[in-house]
Amino acid sequence: MRLFWEVARRAFRRFSTYRSATFAGVFTNTVFGFIQAAILTAVFRQRATVGSFDVRDAVTFVFVSQGFLVVMGAFSGHLTLAERIVSGDVVTDLYRPVDLQLFELASDVGRAGFQCTVRAVVPLLCGGLAFDLRLPSAPRLWLLFAVSVALGIVTSFGHRFLVTLTTFWTLDYRAASQMATVVAMFFSGFAIPIVFFPDWLERFSRLLPYVGFAQIPIEILLGKLHGLDLVAALASQVAWAVVLLVLGRWVLARATHRVVVQGG
Amino acid sequence: MIISLEDVTKEFVVYRRAEGRWLRRERVRVRAVDGVSLSVSEGELVGYIGPNGAGKSTTIKMLTGILVPSSGVIRVAGVDPQRRRVELARRIGVVFGQRTQLWWDLPLRDSFDLLRYVYRVPSARHASNLDAFVSLLEMSSFMETPVRQLSLGQRMRGDLCAALLHDPSILYLDEPTIGLDVVSKARVREFLSAVNRERGVTVVLTTHDLSDVERLCSRLVVIDHGRVIQDGSVASIKDRFGEFRTVVVDLEEPGPPLVVPGAEVVKVDGPRQWVRFHRSATTAAAVVASIAATAKIRDLTIEEPDIEDVVTAVYRLGALSSPSGTARAQSPRE
Amino acid sequence: MVETLGIYRRLAFARVRADWQYRGPFIGYTITQGLISVLDFVQIAVIFGRVSSLQGWSVAEVAFLYGTSSVAFHIGDVFVSEVEFAPKRIRLGTFDSLLVRPMGAMVQLCADEFAFRRAGKLVQAVAILVWAMAAVSVAWTPARVGVFVMMLVAGTAIFGSIWVITSSLTFWMIEAGEVMNSFTYGSAFATEYPMVVFGRWLRRLFTFVVPAAFVNYYPALFVLGKSDRLGGPSWRRFASPFVAVVMVLLASFVWRLALRHYRSTGS
Repeated sequence: MRLFWEVARRAFRRFSTYRSATFAGVFTNTVFGFIQAAILTAVFRQRATVGSFDVRDAVTFVFVSQGFLVVMGAFSGHLTLAERIVSGDVVTDLYRPVDLQLFELASDVGRAGFQCTVRAVVPLLCGGLAFDLRLPSAPRLWLLFAVSVALGIVTSFGHRFLVTLTTFWTLDYRAASQMATVVAMFFSGFAIPIVFFPDWLERFSRLLPYVGFAQIPIEILLGKLHGLDLVAALASQVAWAVVLLVLGRWVLARATHRVVVQGG
Repeated sequence: MIISLEDVTKEFVVYRRAEGRWLRRERVRVRAVDGVSLSVSEGELVGYIGPNGAGKSTTIKMLTGILVPSSGVIRVAGVDPQRRRVELARRIGVVFGQRTQLWWDLPLRDSFDLLRYVYRVPSARHASNLDAFVSLLEMSSFMETPVRQLSLGQRMRGDLCAALLHDPSILYLDEPTIGLDVVSKARVREFLSAVNRERGVTVVLTTHDLSDVERLCSRLVVIDHGRVIQDGSVASIKDRFGEFRTVVVDLEEPGPPLVVPGAEVVKVDGPRQWVRFHRSATTAAAVVASIAATAKIRDLTIEEPDIEDVVTAVYRLGALSSPSGTARAQSPRE
Repeated sequence: MVETLGIYRRLAFARVRADWQYRGPFIGYTITQGLISVLDFVQIAVIFGRVSSLQGWSVAEVAFLYGTSSVAFHIGDVFVSEVEFAPKRIRLGTFDSLLVRPMGAMVQLCADEFAFRRAGKLVQAVAILVWAMAAVSVAWTPARVGVFVMMLVAGTAIFGSIWVITSSLTFWMIEAGEVMNSFTYGSAFATEYPMVVFGRWLRRLFTFVVPAAFVNYYPALFVLGKSDRLGGPSWRRFASPFVAVVMVLLASFVWRLALRHYRSTGS
């Protein structure tokens, strides 16, 4: 347990040193946020609400999700681990007495933790200057939001970890991780809030784990979920997190077996 | 003069992060090349050596047009490399010791083929050059192998060939024998020597391997701290800086180490003894006479100073007279 | 000029041959890119599932904008965006080999790093454009056809110039790469939609600073016979070729500056 926090802390610190990358990322997220917000605002000039969202909800959604894109690991994937798998260096990791999945989870948590501070906040602040946002004043909602985000980070990790593990079999992580990223981004609401989807698509999306990366946390923040719905949403996040992590461990065990026994 | 540098300097501004503070950075001016004047005639084979950081690579980069000098005049084949880089590129060939110019994933032959188009070499000329080099460098066994699978020696041979296919008048080599085994080094040296002799290609070679210099170069330019500290034929530099010479004498029969005034026996192997003396202490003639007086000599040779010692002496002298010193390099005994 | 193109063709083809050796990932990546860009358009489709027009623009008209912008952008992506690899080469030390050869560095860079895999996105862009042209109701006069063709040519030149300028700027600051990406991909994204959608400042940005609006929006107003609710002068609809020429000249100038910077500092 101690090791977990040590690794997380190191990752946090490491990412805090990438100053220019952080600045560049924030800039990009903010620019895209403005463009996306303008587009959705235009949609709301034609109609007052889409699903349960009005224009303020949608614009808030855009800026919060832009900030959280990178927190949820949209573009980072697990490049270093994938590279180690391709080069074969991963064998040394597998022989160590440290659980690989927990180790990677810890680094990911550290990374996401840092990115929550700067990259999640700045686009939101910038957006708030130009647009009319809806942010709750009740601390209770912020707290629930934080919990949901944390669950989202773990779920997102579970998903990315699984995708990275396919490298053991395909030896090419780029195509798979890109495809997975795009699918995840689409169904999580990062591209466009899923309330915009046609009803059948929206219902389908809510069955997938990706909904927990952005749509659920932000809906909580906007105060759209109450009572039983709220509990159900959080529960689904927990359930997916568990499922993906367990699946990850199982696949890792098989991969380890393959590597250790076959030396592949 | 096919290459001429007149008082060429190159200054870099390096930003170093000041201790502790986040935003402040200090600007430090570094003179990699400090007033180098040099001229090379057509057909020469020049060794350009110096300790690490002396300014060798920077000079070569300025000669090839990659870098622009801070001041001074450079003319290569009558042309200013900074202004007419593309035109000059046709007449020069460059081999970087640690990076290849070949196409990594394609068979070696394809690289040569592509270069024919890049340099617009007439196909007949290209074919005859290629044939000549392939046989000289013994490359026929791996012409179809992708470059990434070649050994270092094979790759270097490929790079050499690639640099000469378009009949350049000047060939620059930046550490071409680094990391090569003895056989490969010999091959490279033979090739360079042949190319210089038979095709009249002017060769400028930077290296850390002094046997390259000894076996190949007619002229040696030593640079340190951005300045030329020696420039002359290898023989004359050896002459001025070689401190020790050795008489290797084969006696009629093995015996105890000889006693020679002003000299010492450094090695004995049966009837053969190595007698080393400092140039200031005595002369070869005196040493031989002294040995002949006390023992029967069957045969003898005189070994010239070791090139490593010579160059070390040159560097040491260079270090003494810079950066604050203004003295031009002189022989220590004058 | 012709000779240079011939050499470019050979070098680019050599790169394709080299990439083809890693067939699996190469094909996988190309297909993935194509599929990804499909999801790109789905966003527009989803929006129009909820509204029937966007500030007076129908789905077919927006698709037309999307198609023209996308085709222009991705042609540039396939042939010119490779200049963005210059900083990587500088870092690896292989940039110098380009300077030692009797050819412009930019042409060599684009040829050597030729990214055929990016063509996957171009296919999707063409498909959308073809559909849009069928779906949109345009009275095709010779003038409109001419403006349409010019739109694609000038648009490609403008986006290509943006690629070159942003990549050149990374010579001064290698870390600026991602910021530059926000300009290139940002303008590609924004031009999928009509400029009327954006606020005043964004519109000005895309007209005067990064003139991506001239890629498709202004000429499209003429081709589709729409009025500009923003009240911009009507000559803007024909200004694309001039903007393109200015951008190409600017790009060539900035690139040369960047090369000169590299040759003075050699970093």
